[in-house]
Amino acid sequence: MAKTIDQYFDDLRDTRVWRSIFRSGTGSSTLKRALAIQQNVFLHLFSTKVRTRMLSLSATWYLGTLTLGTFVILVATGIPLMFYYHPSVPQAYADTKDLQFVVSSGLFLRNLHRWSAHAMVFLVFAHMFKVFYRGAYRAPREFNWVIGVILLLITLLLSYTGYLLPWDQLAYWAITVGSNIASAVPLIGDKIHFLLLGGNAVNANALLRFYVLHCMILPLAAMFFVAVHFWRIRKDGGLYSHASEPATLRAQTAGDSAAAAKEAQ
Amino acid sequence: MADSNDFTAGVDSNAKKSPRRIVFITRRTSAQVKAETEDQVQTFPEVLFRAAVAVMTLAVVLVWIALMFNAPLEGLADPSHTPNPAKAPWYFLGLQEMLHYFPPVVAGVLVPGLVVMALIVIPYFKVNIEADGLFLKNRDRRLRIFYAVVALLSIFLLSFKVYAAFVPTAIMAAVMFLAAQSSPQSGSTFRRYLAARPLSYWVMTWFLFELVVLTAIGTFFRGPGWSWVWPWQGL
Repeated sequence: MAKTIDQYFDDLRDTRVWRSIFRSGTGSSTLKRALAIQQNVFLHLFSTKVRTRMLSLSATWYLGTLTLGTFVILVATGIPLMFYYHPSVPQAYADTKDLQFVVSSGLFLRNLHRWSAHAMVFLVFAHMFKVFYRGAYRAPREFNWVIGVILLLITLLLSYTGYLLPWDQLAYWAITVGSNIASAVPLIGDKIHFLLLGGNAVNANALLRFYVLHCMILPLAAMFFVAVHFWRIRKDGGLYSHASEPATLRAQTAGDSAAAAKEAQ
Repeated sequence: MADSNDFTAGVDSNAKKSPRRIVFITRRTSAQVKAETEDQVQTFPEVLFRAAVAVMTLAVVLVWIALMFNAPLEGLADPSHTPNPAKAPWYFLGLQEMLHYFPPVVAGVLVPGLVVMALIVIPYFKVNIEADGLFLKNRDRRLRIFYAVVALLSIFLLSFKVYAAFVPTAIMAAVMFLAAQSSPQSGSTFRRYLAARPLSYWVMTWFLFELVVLTAIGTFFRGPGWSWVWPWQGL
């Protein structure tokens, strides 16, 4: 009898090599499916089971998932862009021009990176407002909301530091306008401005600082906080956690289950 | 009920054979099981599959946009030649619009600082957790506070000629006034909805409204010298 594709996959999953890589083993029982999450270093951030209500589109509009999606696209396009880019003046601009006109698919890479960055900023804001209107910041999930605010700021900084890198007029003056705001901080404004730019105006030092922040410091910080953000969803009881429903809603559900219990008797 | 064979009550001197388990149930704190009856599904494959589909759909849309539209690239950066207007990235144009009206220490430091602080403290206020309709309790007192806040805010915005921020404020105040005239017994669904909105909802919605309006004005309606232009001018 011919084997089905599923059986081939089962055979593959039963090989010694596969089993040495993945800890959860073969089989599609509920236990194995739970282990597939729980025994994986990345997936174990999530819970093995979720409430069915959470699956519906209206619950989240998948905004958090999509934000992660844009972040993955940005890392995937950002690394090849780094191969063709020198953070120096005026080489940075020449490299960007080369990406536009010389490098194979360079134009596409830069376009995808740029539009995904705008999409990520938009999605982070949308995610925040959706979570707010859903009331999903309520105890015991308060601190995850705070981590979300930190991630919002990191996202804005990521986008802002990336804005300077093409070293064209648009980049230069947008960063000049933005960084001048730092000077307005009372007493230490000029010091902050100098620290941010490595000088009194946007120059080669600023480009290098923004490059290091954009490609190294801020992505690492984002990954760190994203990991905590996901892990806290599980630890705080997940979406639609009973404890985080508003009091009025909770009383309603309690009333419903009391009525159901009465009926059952 | 359980089968009678499940339990036998008695005394046995052999503690290894029949360990004693004693449960004290006091009057006030009777044993309670907080059982959840909600349906649950496995994260793998139900959630992961859906997440993968969502991310792939997004990727297709973004790839299509990247193929259709080129990212802007202007001439080489030139510190001696300032474009007019010099605009920040779009998500900061709300702030830049405010810089047009207020001194930098207010628009660039105080306001964003307060916004971030306000966002952080949202889940730590009891009024946000209880989420009762704003005007359902202490209606008269809360209405007086509401009138005072709206009056102060309006005077402040009008004295600085910030009409761009005043118009959304006035619209929100009108909707809130309608909410104050509504109750859970109101005839229309919309008014019942308004009546049940808590304070945090109104503050956040006002913030969202201002954010969208100011960002849109900064993006589409500002030209040389930050003067007002229509988007179709100069086309």
